[in-house]
Amino acid sequence: MTEFIVQTINGFTLAGVIFLVSSGFTLIFGVMRVTSLMHGAVFLLGGYVAYSVIGALHNFFWGLAAGTVAMGALGLLVERGLLPLLRHSEFAELLATLGLVFVIDDVSLAIWGGNPLNITLPGVLNDSTTLPFHGIVYPNERFFILGVSVVVAVALYALLRRTRVGAIIRAGVDDREMVSALGINVRVVFSAVFVLGTALAGFAGVLGVPVVGLAPGNDVTILLLALAVVVIGGLGSYEGALLGSVIIALADVYGTAYFPAVSYSVLFIPLVVVLLVRPQGLLGRRSMA
Amino acid sequence: MIEIRDLHTYRGLNYVLQGIDLDIPDGQCTVLLGRNGMGKTTLVQTIMGLLRPRGGTVRIDGTDIAGRPPFAIARRGVALVPQGRRLFPSLTVEENLTLGVSRRSRGSRPAGGAGWTSERVYELFPNLGQRRHHRGNQLSGGEQQMLAIGRALLTGPRLLLMDEPSEGLAPVIVERVGQVIADLREQGLAIFLVEQNYGLAIRSADSVSILANGSVVWRGTPGDLDADPAARESHLGV
Ligand SMILES: Nc1ncnc2c1ncn2[C@@H]1O[C@H](COP(=O)(O)OP(=O)(O)O)[C@@H](O)[C@H]1O
Ligand SMILES: [Mg+2]
Repeated sequence: MTEFIVQTINGFTLAGVIFLVSSGFTLIFGVMRVTSLMHGAVFLLGGYVAYSVIGALHNFFWGLAAGTVAMGALGLLVERGLLPLLRHSEFAELLATLGLVFVIDDVSLAIWGGNPLNITLPGVLNDSTTLPFHGIVYPNERFFILGVSVVVAVALYALLRRTRVGAIIRAGVDDREMVSALGINVRVVFSAVFVLGTALAGFAGVLGVPVVGLAPGNDVTILLLALAVVVIGGLGSYEGALLGSVIIALADVYGTAYFPAVSYSVLFIPLVVVLLVRPQGLLGRRSMA
Repeated sequence: MIEIRDLHTYRGLNYVLQGIDLDIPDGQCTVLLGRNGMGKTTLVQTIMGLLRPRGGTVRIDGTDIAGRPPFAIARRGVALVPQGRRLFPSLTVEENLTLGVSRRSRGSRPAGGAGWTSERVYELFPNLGQRRHHRGNQLSGGEQQMLAIGRALLTGPRLLLMDEPSEGLAPVIVERVGQVIADLREQGLAIFLVEQNYGLAIRSADSVSILANGSVVWRGTPGDLDADPAARESHLGV
């Protein structure tokens, strides 16, 4: 029972990290119809940037800010510099963002090497708390990660649901031509969403280090998890990303804990079930005009 | 207001508009008729900038806007009530209505379409006011059409492009759409109305054009068309 409770809290912590990545991924796809295959690599690079900044400044929060801003800037560069060259070709966009994965991987390997690195959170965040039930001792950093993910998720929800920009983004997912026909320059909104999405991936890459580590190969793992999340939740749906993250994260931790030999299969069972029963995703719309 | 000259538009490999000449004057209701698949929607979408023409010009007050993006054309005072309405299902009625109203466009629009607010639209269509927090796709067909019209009006247009607004509506609702069109025209708005409903079209029109096989094959007044059964028979089948 104790084990199960711990695994469940682990699951929700991992869900928080995955949600931060996949919410940006799904919004980018929703408004731009670009499947940004570099999203996992951005996650990893954000962590590496933070690692170096923390090494220089000895402050976790500067590292978190640096990883986020640097990845937002990278997003702006890609969206403004690279994607316009490939407009109208989804295949070219896929290949280009995949190419960037190799570039980021090689550069990262050259700078930060192939060994796993770690980022420690400061002060009390590095301690543990004894929970009032079953005497469970749980690291504070994971509660922190979970809490921050929830705060970001709420902020993102408020942005999408309570602001005009959010209404434009949601309308853009529905029918971006019509948004433009109402006098709104959707290109500007697209750029903003792309930058926000990559910045969130960078943020998650820093925040998630205590959960998923900081090592080559994480980029592919995270990309696969994000893809699984949006397929389950429905491409372009915020709520879908939220639900998908929880399902995938719980499947991952329970699979690893209880069925270690087949953990990857356990992870993809919900994926296959959703694809068979509801191919547009649990909260996705059947067709997107 | 709009002058279209020798306009050519493809849809994929389909050569749909094969040299269109058409004027849409200020303050009038210009009606476009034509059988299914003749290219009426293609013309409307080309004017709005949703399709790029291969050749020709679309002048708004003398400036050629052919090939410009839709938002730039909208900001010159053109608004679209599209075929099939194309409301945003993720947005509430209120959000659908006010999406096109930016802080920039508030108050700085030329007269003619100025002064439209969501409150005014709710006065015109009380049903929408009662459902302002519902999703756009939870409305009846008639309410959806009114919402599509209201959404277009709130961008502050001088020209309203309406693509088959009576499609799929009960006769009494079509009647209501006809009234709204007459009222808007009365207030000085230019209207470009694409219709399959011959009665509604003739009642609303100041002038009529008929599109067939990619070009305008007939033009005149509603009276002319009523008096020309041969043209109606060969181009419209009514
Ligand atoms: N997306 C598309 N791709 C290719 N051809 C299309 C497309 N949409 C419409 N068409 C073709 O273009 C022609 C004109 O269509 P449309 O402008 O919708 O006609 P209308 O509005 O007069 O019914 C039709 O022959 C139709 O088959
Ligand atoms: Mg049509």
